[in-house]
Amino acid sequence: MPIRVLFFASLAEVTGIREAELDASACSDVASVFDRYAREFPGLEAHRASLLYAINSDFARPDSRVQDGDEIAFFPPVSGG
Amino acid sequence: MISLVHEPIDAVSLRNALVMPEDGALVVFEGVVRNQARGRKVRELQYEAYEPMALKKLEEIAWQIRVAFPIRQIGIVHRLGRLLPAECSILIIVTAAHRAAAFDACRMAIDTIKKVVPIWKKEFYEDGEVWVEGPE
Repeated sequence: MPIRVLFFASLAEVTGIREAELDASACSDVASVFDRYAREFPGLEAHRASLLYAINSDFARPDSRVQDGDEIAFFPPVSGG
Repeated sequence: MISLVHEPIDAVSLRNALVMPEDGALVVFEGVVRNQARGRKVRELQYEAYEPMALKKLEEIAWQIRVAFPIRQIGIVHRLGRLLPAECSILIIVTAAHRAAAFDACRMAIDTIKKVVPIWKKEFYEDGEVWVEGPE
């Protein structure tokens, strides 16, 4: 089940990657996708409490289901304007 | 009339594109890069966006504003990339028959954008840099 994973702002700096392809067969929801990257990049843990999630450009919850072909984005609280 | 741009924002062009003879008021808001933050001197800002989602959220906000207030049109332009103090980071223009709705709609637009549109700014100081997280 391939999905696309995106990191922005401070999260992109922590991971050193902006996007990745993942076989998410083992990931049932958005939080489990984040857990998988938090194991690879321990620096992500410091961002977990304030983390925002999106699926296909809409805000999602940690328990939102992940489906084949989804684009999942992880990012910190927004600061535009 | 919603866009993300990587070059300086042309406020006059958007103003001229939006205004119509039936308008009685046109309210302009510009967010400007301030030269200090958190007690430190800001040398420049860098704005980054999740562009497809940012455009989608800006379109949703513009639609909500048009439903909520008796305005005629709203235009929003957010600049991305590196900006210097005194440069414009966001431009919002609202046109309406009467000024009260235009002022109120413009205020709601910027307040909502700061909370929900996936854009982030990094402040560059003389001696360091920090990602700002959350609206101010």
